[in-house]
Amino acid sequence: MERALGALKQGAKDFGLPRIIILAFFFILLLAAALVGMDIPWLISDVLLRWGMWGILVLAMVPSIRSGIGPNFGVAIGIAGGLLGALVSIELRYFGFLGTLDPDGITFGLVSISLAVLLALAFSSLLGILYGLLLNRVKGNEMIVSTYVGFSFVALFNILWLLLPFRSSTSIWPIAGQGLRTTINLVDDFGRVLNNLFRVEIGNFIIPTSLLLTVLLFCFVIWVFNKSRYGMVMTAAGSNPEYAKARGINVNRARIVGTTISTALAGVGIVMFSQGLGFLQLYNAPMWMGFSSVAAVLIGGATVKRAAIFNVLLGTLLFQGILTVALPVANELVPEGNLSEILRLIISNGIILYALSKARGGSK
Amino acid sequence: MMEEQRYVLELQHISKEYSGNPVLQDVSLTVKKGQIYALMGENGAGKSTLMNILFGMPVIHSTGGFTGTIKISGEEVNFLSPHDAMEAGIGMVHQEFMLIPGFTIAENIKVGREDTLPTLPSRVFGPDLERLNRPKMNADARVALDNIGLDISEETKVAGLPVGYMQFVEIAREIDKKNIKLLVFDEPTAVLTESEADQLLKVMQSLAAKGIAIIFITHRLSEVMQVADYMTVLRDGELVASKAIADTSAVEIAELMVGRAIEKLVDDDKNTKVSTEQNEVALSVKDLYVDMPGETARGVTFEVKSGEIFGIGGLAGQGKVGIPNGLMGMFSSHGDVEIFGEKLNFTKLGNALSKGLAFVSEDRRGVGLLLEESIAHNIMFGAMTTKRDYLSNFGITKLLSAGRMNRHAKDMIKLLDIRCVGGGQRVGALSGGNQQKVCLASALTMKPRILVVSEPTRGIDIGAKKLIMEYLAHLRQEEGLTIIMISSELAELRSICDRIAIVSDGKIEDILAPDASDAQFGLAMSAAAQNSEVS
Ligand SMILES: Nc1ncnc2c1ncn2[C@@H]1O[C@H](COP(=O)(O)OP(=O)(O)OP(=O)(O)O)[C@@H](O)[C@H]1O
Ligand SMILES: [Mg+2]
Repeated sequence: MERALGALKQGAKDFGLPRIIILAFFFILLLAAALVGMDIPWLISDVLLRWGMWGILVLAMVPSIRSGIGPNFGVAIGIAGGLLGALVSIELRYFGFLGTLDPDGITFGLVSISLAVLLALAFSSLLGILYGLLLNRVKGNEMIVSTYVGFSFVALFNILWLLLPFRSSTSIWPIAGQGLRTTINLVDDFGRVLNNLFRVEIGNFIIPTSLLLTVLLFCFVIWVFNKSRYGMVMTAAGSNPEYAKARGINVNRARIVGTTISTALAGVGIVMFSQGLGFLQLYNAPMWMGFSSVAAVLIGGATVKRAAIFNVLLGTLLFQGILTVALPVANELVPEGNLSEILRLIISNGIILYALSKARGGSK
Repeated sequence: MMEEQRYVLELQHISKEYSGNPVLQDVSLTVKKGQIYALMGENGAGKSTLMNILFGMPVIHSTGGFTGTIKISGEEVNFLSPHDAMEAGIGMVHQEFMLIPGFTIAENIKVGREDTLPTLPSRVFGPDLERLNRPKMNADARVALDNIGLDISEETKVAGLPVGYMQFVEIAREIDKKNIKLLVFDEPTAVLTESEADQLLKVMQSLAAKGIAIIFITHRLSEVMQVADYMTVLRDGELVASKAIADTSAVEIAELMVGRAIEKLVDDDKNTKVSTEQNEVALSVKDLYVDMPGETARGVTFEVKSGEIFGIGGLAGQGKVGIPNGLMGMFSSHGDVEIFGEKLNFTKLGNALSKGLAFVSEDRRGVGLLLEESIAHNIMFGAMTTKRDYLSNFGITKLLSAGRMNRHAKDMIKLLDIRCVGGGQRVGALSGGNQQKVCLASALTMKPRILVVSEPTRGIDIGAKKLIMEYLAHLRQEEGLTIIMISSELAELRSICDRIAIVSDGKIEDILAPDASDAQFGLAMSAAAQNSEVS
């Protein structure tokens, strides 16, 4: 009995008090939602969908933290690459690359999204390498630099979205005949394909099976990488560069690899996000996604120096769960104004602040 | 009332657990004004933990606190942070350095107690905006450094300083404090050579003469006999004996610590010296220059035969530590180095490792270990990266084989007597000496052809030291391993090495046989001083 209690105590300690509080908060919110008469199965379905949409974007934090550059506040860079990939895939479809495939068939959707993912991977990896080279020049200040580089990239791509010679009528403003739209409907491409494939529906309760499986697949790949030789080398380089150097490890290269994987995942992540939403959002939309991703992984128990897949899955669920449930509940209680947006900012920035202050105190 | 005041410190019935494991059980002791009080015990006996409790270290409070009472000058205290302890007049030189690398030596000595001058804004907004009185801080630091005889500019940055220097900076910081009543030294001499340690002991004696009480943790019995007035031995968290030094002997203390008698560091039958003169050359070093701050090597030349145990000694700052660090590529270096006839390429990172050289760094927390990872992970890591060992097939790739890693860790824990809960324990939660054993285990796991160990027994108790030295001797004898051992402790080098090189002023001053006279060693070690006197 004593032992079991001790084990339980230890388990709770490993899980972390903050997470227990947040989890409790989440359940209280659900309860409140039920009390104000909201549709709980539908709310939970929404939580699951957002979990799937954000999963890979949050996963992008793992390689960056493990390689020592800290949470990647610059995911906007990878997101830009991912959007570019998605846009090129739309363009290819427009010019008949998918040939005679039935546009309503499942094969069409899968080929379309695979194409987008592959292109996203290619573009964002390339950007990731350059970004990694840059971060090696600003060691010690990665978090600030990556935040501002992220912002600058959003600005840079705002210009590119106006100038790049895309032709597909899905993407460009119909009247001007050039310049990309702010939101692009993906209904003719890969919009919601994974949400719908093998979807489980029980009344109002919906499980986006394929989307969740895709997220888990990417998590598994990163988990495998973490257990591989180079994954462990990269982690060592991140947590103690002097240790790594004494074992013949090229620390700068490990950081570039970590940044590149992180950026590439962000590219894939935005494709997943967009397919879940059914739209591509360009221009300033990616600006704050970095903060949300960072907040999620930190809420899941990662620190700026350590992160594991478990932190991603738990953190995304908690963070997105609270936002999804809290906002409608808050709107129900205080209907006027755009409270929801303010609340979202307060929660996500509050969590980041909390976690960063924690990270300082904890690392002796 | 007056009677009680005699005790600067009273610890009563102190007990402490770390997640269910008792590490201190009902320990009580009292220290008088001006007394030098030795605290002894094996690795993991609980010495540092007891001092961390006294000092209010956060690690104690974050792990559930402790039970028992602490009295300072007769008054019960409850320190919630080291700052409280400092206010109450307690200073501590920690076993693991607590210096800020980016700061200068003077800044480190003065950190938290900066001297300031009023500025215009500070007159308006209060003392937080005063500016630093750098000249005064530097001058104070100079005095403290001179007091302990450390001959280095107070404006040098701490980052990259050799560990021996860091140790002295830590000490200077503590003796610079003004209202000090009680000073704790946790293994301050572990990285110092005998003559440096002597100097430190003198500093301690003069502090004690001023009425400051000193708690002195060390594994060196001779030091205890030399300066301490009183001693307490801990074993597995329990107090086994408290005695006045006058009533005991070194042999008895050793026996109290490990529960058996220890006579010689390496028993003769465990180290039958074999002639290695005919063997091939394992390592040849010609004109090695290493740019390690504070431990610069300037043209080192020597040869080590295969199967030999080659010692490198010398005073701190003379460059002996620079040699292995240069070979391993930690600092920029050049020279002609051949490992079993193959030329070492300094520009290629990890080249020495791939040629079969394994290195145990003197800086175990900075370079030697991944503190957040488990014992098992630390042990396998080097072999995994350099030899791709401990990996097993997983589809198209290879992943860590946890089973093999854990089994091997278990063997090593047994072999080196690492005191821990199990291979899964975080290395950061081990006692200093046990961390050192993990470093050694990790190097041995790489199955090197040449093992380079820098301060291999730093902070290791006499029982474990004997175990490690005899194991090294065994490896050489049974497996023909070539060992290069860099150490500040001459006695240790002489107990096991075939030849001992003494480094002075960045060069090899002399290579001596282990049975050469003390005078010869002394001469070689102080050569630099003499040379500079002549010129
Ligand atoms: N932070 C921690 N968490 C868990 N256990 C710990 C922690 N620090 C120390 N321990 C355990 O407490 C015991 C006592 O450790 P302590 O550091 O006090 O030993 P020590 O007597 O100073 O040994 P050494 O001579 O090796 O420095 C050891 O078994 C160690 O594993
Ligand atoms: Mg200790």
